Amino acid sequence: MSDTAVAHAAHDAHAHHDADHKPGFFVRWFLSTNHKDIGTLYLIFAIFAGIIGGGISGLMRMELAAPGIQYLPHWLEALHGSATFDESLHFWNVLITAHGLIMVFFMVMPAMIGGFGNWFVPIMIGAPDMAFPRMNNISFWLLIPAFTLLLASPFVGIGAGTGWTVYAPLSTYGEPGPSVDMAILSLHLAGASSILGAINFITTIFNMRAPGMTLHKMPLFVWSVLVTAFLLLLSLPVLAAAITMLLTDRKFGTAFYDPAAGGDPVLYQHLFWFFGHPEVYIMILPGFGIVSQIVSTFSRKPVFGYLGMAYAMVAIGVVGFVVWAHHMFTTGMSVQVKMYFTAATMVIAVPTGIKIFSWIATMWGGSMSFKTPMVWAIGFIFMFTVGGVTGVVLANGGVDDYMQDTYYVVAHFHYVLSLGAVFGLFAGFYYWFPKMSGKMYSEVLGQLHFWLFFIGVNVLFFPMHFLGLQGMPRRYPDFPDAYAYWNHIASLGYVIMLAGVAVFFWNLIQSLLAGRQAEGNPWGEGATTLEWTLSSPPPFHQFETLPVIDDAKAH
Amino acid sequence: MTRNLRTALLGSAFVVFMGGLGFASVPLYRMFCEVTGLNGTTQRGVAAPGGTGKSIRVAFDSNTAPGLGWEFKPEQRVETIDIGARDMAFYVATNNAGKPVTGSATFNVTPVTAGKYFAKIQCFCFNQQTLKPGETVRMPVIYYVDPAILTDPDTKDIREITLSYTFYPVDSGKTAS
Repeated sequence: MSDTAVAHAAHDAHAHHDADHKPGFFVRWFLSTNHKDIGTLYLIFAIFAGIIGGGISGLMRMELAAPGIQYLPHWLEALHGSATFDESLHFWNVLITAHGLIMVFFMVMPAMIGGFGNWFVPIMIGAPDMAFPRMNNISFWLLIPAFTLLLASPFVGIGAGTGWTVYAPLSTYGEPGPSVDMAILSLHLAGASSILGAINFITTIFNMRAPGMTLHKMPLFVWSVLVTAFLLLLSLPVLAAAITMLLTDRKFGTAFYDPAAGGDPVLYQHLFWFFGHPEVYIMILPGFGIVSQIVSTFSRKPVFGYLGMAYAMVAIGVVGFVVWAHHMFTTGMSVQVKMYFTAATMVIAVPTGIKIFSWIATMWGGSMSFKTPMVWAIGFIFMFTVGGVTGVVLANGGVDDYMQDTYYVVAHFHYVLSLGAVFGLFAGFYYWFPKMSGKMYSEVLGQLHFWLFFIGVNVLFFPMHFLGLQGMPRRYPDFPDAYAYWNHIASLGYVIMLAGVAVFFWNLIQSLLAGRQAEGNPWGEGATTLEWTLSSPPPFHQFETLPVIDDAKAH
Repeated sequence: MTRNLRTALLGSAFVVFMGGLGFASVPLYRMFCEVTGLNGTTQRGVAAPGGTGKSIRVAFDSNTAPGLGWEFKPEQRVETIDIGARDMAFYVATNNAGKPVTGSATFNVTPVTAGKYFAKIQCFCFNQQTLKPGETVRMPVIYYVDPAILTDPDTKDIREITLSYTFYPVDSGKTAS
């Protein structure tokens, strides 16, 4: 959906009087009600969280670079003053828990939905702002105490070492103490933030589209955020219920998950994954949307099969709610149940395949230019396909009995998330950076960032397939010598990736300080969505007169 | 009411509904397990249908939670029984804790697919048991194996069913969910 509305550039609509009047610093950034400012806050927050979460993965790769326990006791001593060996091993669990929770709830989601969603959903549908600007502000500021609770948890106790899944009974009576309570509360707050955001996006997209912007003319990024918002709305309350019951089991003597008084710990897994599986689509769907915009822009063609692309996302969202137990194949299911969840999971490959092939068809015969956003988008398609293929392998209940909780699973979900979602994020960041900041980034550094990162993450994660097939289990800080070779290579991959991230920050700082002024549309005729009709950066209040979308040219 | 407010309230209704469903899943899940025998949940029977002449082995397993202070074991480890006929087995529990202890037992059968066909008519696990210090009790379980186990493709090859109990101390602070 690409060429709506360029002809109806809104320049004339916002050129006059105080469209660009900005409030003072404190009011602008702390009491913000402007969707672009809140989007910027989300992006800054996500970058900050990404540094912490990525730094933790660096600690993990350092410890895993060689067999034996080398660093954990020293790190824990630095944190707490003293450390027994067992406490050091528990600290490993704290690291993996923090890495997972930070990357999911405080990096990918805020960047994708809060950052790019806030920035571009209103602009792309021709709306002046979000439907509930103050609620938007609350959504963002709920994340700050949530993140603080999580980061503070290892300082007030032994740290939350439950894994991001917080499975009972480990989380009910396996780890007493305030750390896990704080992590659970952190999840509550982050969930509340996302639910409010989801309601805001749904209301905005349903009610505030510019005249002529029908649902079937919305850019695919808006479609992706709409589907994501519905997934959030339907899945997060279930997580909230599940972890509330965890808290009452921990603190108030209930026994929802305690078999001693008639509860069932497997129920927690059902509830968690009823949320958890849609959650993985929450993280990746906005990436689908971003990549669709970019591939179309840099192929100078409308997206191939627009309606198919939009409804493929809807289908992924719907089917995503009925496959959760493929995360629980080893909890003792009958063959029939396993068969159903295997088959239902594989069905998701169909709409996903529609998307992959439509992206390729969009590029086919297009006038392609391989600017930085485009190489990231193509990288996304490649990596997500690799992760999707290993996903089809793991979807088999019988195969999963062998693979469950091995590094093969780690490789799979890092290919779709760390490489899929993160590549989508970087693609979107380079694509929209000129629009958001008004400055051009350095193309050379952008390409260098891509190639370092691409090579780094592949060297980092591809060997994990081998380790997993050889039987190396997840979630241990140590391993037998037999796994040393590929673990060493994986840790080298982390260093290459880190160099790529350094180039990213170099590029970011240099562009912000001394970047060339970006024009309204730096990408040429392929960029047809409404944000490119505005100046770079857009005026503080855009579309004071609503743009009218030409219905002669549907996508 | 504005359009935006109406949409937002509708959205909130979804949230409340799904949140409620999250909590409601606790009783729903238990009902689901009881009806389908999921996870080896056994059934409750009223009367045995009568022997079929085909036999199956039933093994008896016993566990106690840490801190219970009971000795708890079956009188016989394995029995070969007639499918469809009413059978009785005994477990023996002794309280070595030096104080009265109330316990309750959880149970399931493995293979878990057999849960649907394993019916108990009477069981000590239906109630809490209180044992005085040093007291020993013999506790019966009356059960039968449903002959339908022979026709279900999932279970027809099962030759042995293990019935397992775990006794937990009843913590007065904890209420059953």
